[in-house]
Amino acid sequence: MNPSMAITEAPGLFTADGLTGLIFLIMMAVTLIGGIIACCAERLVRAIAGLIVCFIGVAALYYFLNSPFVAMMQMLIYVGAVCITIAFAIMLAAPEESRKNGPAGPLSGPLGFITAGLVSFGLIAMAMRTQFTSHPKINNGTMEEIGIEFLTSYSMAFELISVVLLIAIIGALVIARAGRSK
Amino acid sequence: MSLTVLNVIAAVVIAIAFAAANAAYLVWAERRGAARIQRRPGPNINGPFGLLQPPIDGIKLMTKQLMIPGGADKILFMVAPVLAMAPAIMSFVTIPFSEGIVARNMDIGVLMIFAFASLGAMAILFAGWGSRNKYSVMASVRAVSQNVSYEIPMLITAITVIMVNGSMDLKAISLAQAGGFWHWNIFPSLQSPLMPVSFIIFFICSLAETNRAPFDLGEAESELVAGFHTEYGSMGFGLFFMGEYANIVIGASLTTLLFLGGWGCPFGLFPGVWWFLLKIYLLIATFIWIRWTFPRTTIYGLLNLSWKILIPISLFNLLLTAGLLKVF
Repeated sequence: MNPSMAITEAPGLFTADGLTGLIFLIMMAVTLIGGIIACCAERLVRAIAGLIVCFIGVAALYYFLNSPFVAMMQMLIYVGAVCITIAFAIMLAAPEESRKNGPAGPLSGPLGFITAGLVSFGLIAMAMRTQFTSHPKINNGTMEEIGIEFLTSYSMAFELISVVLLIAIIGALVIARAGRSK
Repeated sequence: MSLTVLNVIAAVVIAIAFAAANAAYLVWAERRGAARIQRRPGPNINGPFGLLQPPIDGIKLMTKQLMIPGGADKILFMVAPVLAMAPAIMSFVTIPFSEGIVARNMDIGVLMIFAFASLGAMAILFAGWGSRNKYSVMASVRAVSQNVSYEIPMLITAITVIMVNGSMDLKAISLAQAGGFWHWNIFPSLQSPLMPVSFIIFFICSLAETNRAPFDLGEAESELVAGFHTEYGSMGFGLFFMGEYANIVIGASLTTLLFLGGWGCPFGLFPGVWWFLLKIYLLIATFIWIRWTFPRTTIYGLLNLSWKILIPISLFNLLLTAGLLKVF
């Protein structure tokens, strides 16, 4: 599809654009369903399962957007590392399926619905009024190009992220070793 | 358009068939190998050399009732075996069997295999948690901690190889080692004198990643009944086994492609898929041989081996290779 062409009518399902759109919608649905499961599940392990589904949906979106490297890193880091670390925390802490103990917060009743409605109304209004323009393709999203960008244009952000991660690791070590004798 | 769709369907069917056939006959090979090592006859009644045993076992597993224990988390219990098998099939998509035989060669092939392999730990975790059995939960915690610890040295060693070859494309890595065994990555070169050490680390890690003895703490039958698949019967159990053997094939293929020259011949003659298959089945035979000759380690010994020995050595190797690549 020509990126500068405005979409005036929905393409037919069995054209290339239609199938692309269908795949995109399926990915969106997977991501959203995963997110909803992660938020609403009563058992924490099921919430992790939902989070994994959500991350896989996001990875599929990256792949769809022609960045396979970012998609695979999303799988490797978020599914393979973050979710497993969360699962470890749950298994070691063993929260015993605590459900709804204590009074519900002030945002859990009608007030919550009003807040959610206002936020989504604001986002939808913003999305409807924005004039979307297609951005020119920067590069092919390959590993070399991303690496060169990281170490030239975005080297400051890259270094800052590594400093933040270093601080997090040192903090975790300090907390973990506090109770030990040696 | 339709030809592309047909190609995709053919690739998926071949990947599933290859994984399933390997799983079936590697079980047979494993039982025969175990029997030979333990000096007893293995499955040798059905067909010549017992070769009809795997299809009969398959029929038995498929006709059994799938029992779900009371109090188990039904959804996670059902999802876990599928999650054990599906990533392995995805990984077959990007493994090149020879220069022409590859479903979809990606320029980030190594990364893709590691990304999908990381889903396997979640399958074990869900299986253990979903069965609501204390032995299963203990086994899954063990297996996941093992998988996480051994993924790190495995990735670092893979990065060393990627740095030497300058590519993440499995096909390119294999082609760079073409033309005789002295070009293979396993042998030390000026840029990476510690390559044999890398190979040993990678091999140990692939044993541990597939939960094979001596690292099968996740299914230590003397302590934990049958580990994370204690509660599984019929095809749920069958899928776990298929996933395990498919992962073994992937581990052997990755070792072959990264270190042993892929489909290249040791003497530069007739490179092709037959050399690749020969190499991976030799590696798998080594897997089986190791499983039935070494005793099981302890969980602390296992984790100490990874964190205190393999990770420092592989990091040192990475730094050394990076330095020498800059010099030469």
